[in-house]
Amino acid sequence: MIEIAASTALCLLMLSFVATAMRGRLAVSAAVYLGCAVSCFALALVGVWTLATQAGASAMRVPVGLPWLGAHLRLDALSAAFLTLLGTGGAAASVYAIGYGRHEHEPHRVLPFYPGFLAAMTLVLLADDAFTFLLSWEVMSLLSWALVLTHHREEENRTAGYLYLVMAGFGTMVLLLAFGLMAGAGGAYDFAAMREVARSPALAALVLALMMVGAGSKAGLMPLHVWLPVAHPAAPSHVSALMSGVMTKVALYGFVRVAFDLLGPVAWWMSVPVVVVGAVTAVMGILFANVDGDGKRVLAYSTIENIGVIFTALGLALAFRANEMAGLAALALTAGLVHAMNHMMFKSLLFMVAGAVLNATGQRDLDGLGGLIHRMPKTAFLALVGVTAIAALPPLNGFVSEWMLFQAVLQSPNLPQPGLQFLVPAAGGLLALAAALAAACFVRFYGVVFLGRPRSDAAREAGETDRWSLTAMGALALLCVLAGIVPGVLIDLVAPAVELAVGAGLPLQAGNSWFTLIPVAEGRSSYSGFLVMVFIAVSGGAAAWLVHRLGSRRLRRAPAWDCGLPNADPVTQYGSGSFAQPIRRVMAPVLAARETVTMPPPGDRAAARLAARTEDLAWTRVYMPIIAFVGAAATRFNALQFLTIRRYLSLVFGSLILLLTGLTIWN
Amino acid sequence: MELTGNLILQGVQMLVVLALAPGLTGLVRKFKARLTRRRGAPVVQPYRDLMRLMRKEVVLAENASWLFRVSPYMIFAATWVAAALVPTFAIGLHFTWTADLIALVALLGSARFFLALAGMDVGTSFGGIGSSREMMIGAFAEPAMLLMAFTIALVAGSTQLSNIVAFMASGEVGIRVSMGMALIALIIVGLAENARIPVDNPATHLELTMVHEAMVLEYSGRHLAMIELAASLKLLLYMALIGCVFFPWGIAPANAGVGGLAIGGAIFVLKLAAGGALLALFETSIAKMRVFRVPDFLGVALMLGLLGTLLLFVSRSL
Amino acid sequence: MHGLDFDIAHLLAGSLVLVSFMMIYQDRIYSLLNTFALQAVLLALAVAWQAWIQGAHHLYASAALALVFKGTIVPWALHRIVQRLGIHREVEVVTGVVPTMLAGMGLVALSILLMLQLTESAENALAREDLAFALSVILLGMLMMVTRRNAVTQVVGFMSLENGLILAAAGAQGMPLVVEISVAFSVLIAMIVIGVFLFRIRERFDSVDLESLDEFRGERR
Repeated sequence: MIEIAASTALCLLMLSFVATAMRGRLAVSAAVYLGCAVSCFALALVGVWTLATQAGASAMRVPVGLPWLGAHLRLDALSAAFLTLLGTGGAAASVYAIGYGRHEHEPHRVLPFYPGFLAAMTLVLLADDAFTFLLSWEVMSLLSWALVLTHHREEENRTAGYLYLVMAGFGTMVLLLAFGLMAGAGGAYDFAAMREVARSPALAALVLALMMVGAGSKAGLMPLHVWLPVAHPAAPSHVSALMSGVMTKVALYGFVRVAFDLLGPVAWWMSVPVVVVGAVTAVMGILFANVDGDGKRVLAYSTIENIGVIFTALGLALAFRANEMAGLAALALTAGLVHAMNHMMFKSLLFMVAGAVLNATGQRDLDGLGGLIHRMPKTAFLALVGVTAIAALPPLNGFVSEWMLFQAVLQSPNLPQPGLQFLVPAAGGLLALAAALAAACFVRFYGVVFLGRPRSDAAREAGETDRWSLTAMGALALLCVLAGIVPGVLIDLVAPAVELAVGAGLPLQAGNSWFTLIPVAEGRSSYSGFLVMVFIAVSGGAAAWLVHRLGSRRLRRAPAWDCGLPNADPVTQYGSGSFAQPIRRVMAPVLAARETVTMPPPGDRAAARLAARTEDLAWTRVYMPIIAFVGAAATRFNALQFLTIRRYLSLVFGSLILLLTGLTIWN
Repeated sequence: MELTGNLILQGVQMLVVLALAPGLTGLVRKFKARLTRRRGAPVVQPYRDLMRLMRKEVVLAENASWLFRVSPYMIFAATWVAAALVPTFAIGLHFTWTADLIALVALLGSARFFLALAGMDVGTSFGGIGSSREMMIGAFAEPAMLLMAFTIALVAGSTQLSNIVAFMASGEVGIRVSMGMALIALIIVGLAENARIPVDNPATHLELTMVHEAMVLEYSGRHLAMIELAASLKLLLYMALIGCVFFPWGIAPANAGVGGLAIGGAIFVLKLAAGGALLALFETSIAKMRVFRVPDFLGVALMLGLLGTLLLFVSRSL
Repeated sequence: MHGLDFDIAHLLAGSLVLVSFMMIYQDRIYSLLNTFALQAVLLALAVAWQAWIQGAHHLYASAALALVFKGTIVPWALHRIVQRLGIHREVEVVTGVVPTMLAGMGLVALSILLMLQLTESAENALAREDLAFALSVILLGMLMMVTRRNAVTQVVGFMSLENGLILAAAGAQGMPLVVEISVAFSVLIAMIVIGVFLFRIRERFDSVDLESLDEFRGERR
């Protein structure tokens, strides 16, 4: 199977070259995207096939790269699970782009990079040695950076691109360190050799910490997330969908691969930072999503939340695995992987919705939208599925993974360490807070964009989006519903990957009646999304039928009541800022929220103004000082540019002596 | 045989909760009226109100969308399904494994989500204020509820309500301060979720201070009836939840005969009456808080849930 | 399981911790004083229960002391002081209620973890648990002292801290009555001193907000 996957990646690469050769003209846009869609679909099939048949790992060596090493590729269950995710997300985004890409003003800035970006992500998943892994990772970063800069004429996007480049470079550097440490003195650079190396617990902990920084900066862990909410929205919407829905998962794959496969056993206390950072990221991410006024940025912040949720699950899995509770580790890891899949579905869907809205109205600002449910009914319906899923509400898929994660949290009393026993419930509380805040966030998102009255002319005259886009969104929405009502299929699908990582899988869910989910034991907990769906549909339908039959079915349209004082001005509606006000006020200390009221003096007829500001404490407290320090240091080192040749030589000489001395002491 | 018995039981349960819910609301109103030395409307008044609303025509705002018209049925259905899965008078419900305590909470969350969306639909400022505050309250009530569920699951070893009830009724629990804390936490969450004083005042005429009523301001006729019924069901659900977890006496066991079921039903009605009386007493003796004091109030529930868990760890680890 | 003895001791000691949290939640001075009285009554019950199950009769005296002094006299005296001085009825806080409670939660977790580890070798589960809860009450009392502005609330925090000490002493089986009484007296004297102190602050600054003392010393920016 690896051959098919590798050649598909090669096809994607070729597509990139073809698109470059055609100078990325709009005429080839549909063909390129169609090619990408087919390739991604093939990748998804390969992934599903590998998982479903429980085929063993297949490997191959390609004679490219470093001459005496070549590139090792391997497809095992873990890669296959993420390959399925990538293929599905990539196929949906590509189909969407067939329609969406037509509106692109500068297609030559997207088309050459897009297939290559997909290919690079595929290669990260297939890599079986550190060199291939890091190279593909870096290519993935660079190509996505190029895509972020598509609309480079806007100042904001250029800043975003710069920030992203710096953070991506930093992340890869840290990963390089981590792999270097893992390879050890013997230079075991392919993954098979790395698994054999014995490491001290301290070294393993250090590697895990470095992976958290390296992969976490790509995935969006706090406080390394600062680039994500500016870079993801800056790209065209189908690329945003890929970056948020798929690329963050590729970063997760890197972490899972190292933490659960290459690194070997890790001490229990190393799970503590993962759980803590994950839970804090979840809450902070969704808090920022709750107060931001830009539609796509809201979605990007919500990605940070979901990454936090997944990392918490991974941390729990690490804790259970360190205590040799393979079954429970499998529960936590399954929750994490299934949530990753689910997040790919609904986040891609929502970014596509945001793209459709952007195309129809030209507005990203929430407060310029409103009432689109009348103008774009199909998009609005699909968006409703997406927001219900992401808000973790039954019977859709977001709830399934959250529910499994809570079940794993509820098992924490079985852990022997009192520290974890206290920590995990608190983290569970944070996760519940994040889930509830997500509901608030997406009521706001959907309510301001689709409901109410239009707040601008553009929103008043918007039209429904094209068929390709609707097809892609519809497919994702259908997946969200299916994964919600028959989650057992998805869970059984990722079971081989989980087994590879923690040595045990969840009990097979396929045999349960009514598609019920029974993660641990029947007496402990169970949930059937299918039955909940059926019950709601039946009782809601029956109620509606009875009421219409026995009661009244008359209906009259009239102006809104609004306590007798309706105001025709759409500004009087609740907007994004006003909806966020309660949460902004309650959470003011964490959000550094400030409200300033400018009241004109009596007699002056100018309008009073209320300005609300929030700031990201990570940015002001961590990054600003670093930036200031780098700036100051650069000014200092500026003097080095004006030395004589003799001085330069003595600098070189001095450092040589220093290194030699160091070497002497080292030995 | 057992299967059909359980199925019938499930059907009876669905009808019982539906039939009793408006009565409970009427009872609470009656108690409150008597406590403030008014005569008050008869207990059956909510039934009459519902009938009247069902027969009236719907006056729909001009720019209301299909979501606005579908939401009442969704809200009602989600709440009804949730209420039907809580053991009220008997444990052996057929579909009790469909959703555990956590899923039940989330199901109510779905209802809230659609209610808040409906509040935003017409685009009035009252709807918006109601929705935004409701979501804020929900954001703090849900974690408190989860931590409470955590405490209970730790004691009973399950999140499945029928198993929890069976365990609680078995008397193995002993005296646990954590359970007391969980009870208080659940009561606080219940007050907030049901828009009762001190969090919200359903009877107020000051629109700016209300949450739930502001959200449903635009509803009329049969739609309003569905929403009112859902609100009554939710109140009943919380009472039944408190009753079955903390006062599980008298609930008919898994394979009880008709006599046992009848006794269970009678005791359930008594529990509801007692709960309603206590709620009325509490509501008349306390003032509504400012909206921004509510997070503190819910923070107490959150804290109690966490403290209960911590204390439970102590007694477990010794 | 542990049986009823343990359960009731657990209930009473746990309630003491809970009441400590209730004191943090109060925003009126009078209700704070009432809550404090409630804590003292609970303490008396807890100590009396210890006396019963340990068969240590001198602990009954401690319980009585707690009930009389801290359950009635001290709250009453503080009520008087607040009335006489016409102090602000609201509790003035440095940080919000919820952050303080969350910090308190962390303190409880810390003390439980610490005490359970330190006393690993001890056989008596009851004593271990009592010590853990006592340390929680002590830390919560301190927390209250640092997060409240008003001198009266600080006194209450101090007294509640002392409640924790008594709980620890009762659980530890073997603090002689003499020590107990001397602790009680020292608290009483501290109370009187603080009372006088309060009058003096009030005379001089027209407020019992302790920050005016800082201002007087020139420490305020």
